[in-house]
Amino acid sequence: MHEYSLVSALVQRAEAEARTRRATAVTRLRVRIGALAGVEPELLASAFTLCREGLLRDASLEIETAEAVWACPSCDTALAAGAVLRCPGCGLPARLVSGDELMLEQIEMEVP
Amino acid sequence: MCDSCGCGDPHKVSLDVQERILSVNDRAARHNREHFAAAGVLAVNLMGSPGAGKTALLEATAARLADRRRLGAIAGDLETERDAERLRAARVPTAAITTGSACHLDAEMVHAALDRVAWRELDYLFVENVGNLVCPAVYDLGQAVNVVALSLTEGEDKPLKYPVMFRKADLVLLTKLDLLPHLDVRVEAVKDALARVMPDLALVPISARSGVGMAEWIAWLEARRAGLERGAAAHGQLHAHPHA
Repeated sequence: MHEYSLVSALVQRAEAEARTRRATAVTRLRVRIGALAGVEPELLASAFTLCREGLLRDASLEIETAEAVWACPSCDTALAAGAVLRCPGCGLPARLVSGDELMLEQIEMEVP
Repeated sequence: MCDSCGCGDPHKVSLDVQERILSVNDRAARHNREHFAAAGVLAVNLMGSPGAGKTALLEATAARLADRRRLGAIAGDLETERDAERLRAARVPTAAITTGSACHLDAEMVHAALDRVAWRELDYLFVENVGNLVCPAVYDLGQAVNVVALSLTEGEDKPLKYPVMFRKADLVLLTKLDLLPHLDVRVEAVKDALARVMPDLALVPISARSGVGMAEWIAWLEARRAGLERGAAAHGQLHAHPHA
């Protein structure tokens, strides 16, 4: 359940940003979570609801998800989900194009 | 106060951040990594389920390496210092991290534990992570390599169930191989599952008890360590400056 530690990182980061901008509240955070980030979006959402505090106590969390996309680093052939992660043509180990994102994208706040 | 109409409502401001949620941990990990590289220490993040045989593996590793290499360890557990005590008994100076309820180690915990082990003198620093196939994979500790211990008894499909952990692995050790005759588990099936989550598949079937696979594991470690030294020498030639 590392989702709580992620929420605490999010809250601290957004609080710091809100203070430097003299915001009265943080209203929304947008995050992007890849399928291979090791984070369960539902757990993150419930951890956020339980642990938001301070300037974030009424904030909502918008979670964008990203599928895992694998491709050959040489010829860019995409590999199907569940396939062996080697290019059938070149034999090279596949490269993860997207899917490991664990990003804070946007902070929305109220500024007087 | 609203500037445009004077209505008194606060403005909503959206700020684009585009930053890793774990950027604080990433910074601490980078700091650890610079320390280890400058001191020529190969830091190994050893992960795996509870009971996968991580401590037994380190004990057997120490028995084969301790006469020619300086080993040290940081052992993370929710409760007790038992793993650390076993490693100390195997002549591996070990700092224990008791995490309480935390399911993983993070870079700052590792950094704090460095005060309790003479890590600058080492050739290898093994970080035995908390037994867990999920959370430890998310946190960079500043290690040079990730090694995952997967025991034969955990079944053939574990890699498919925990792709995040196995994707991060530089090497998977298939432990407790001595149990093979007693189980309906095929090494080939484990290999096939791994190939679907780990692009540059590296698997060593191993038994700390019988010793099979130990030579290959030690050779893998030594090759990584030699690579670290070559990298450090090249770095020294590039620009000779002291590291803090």
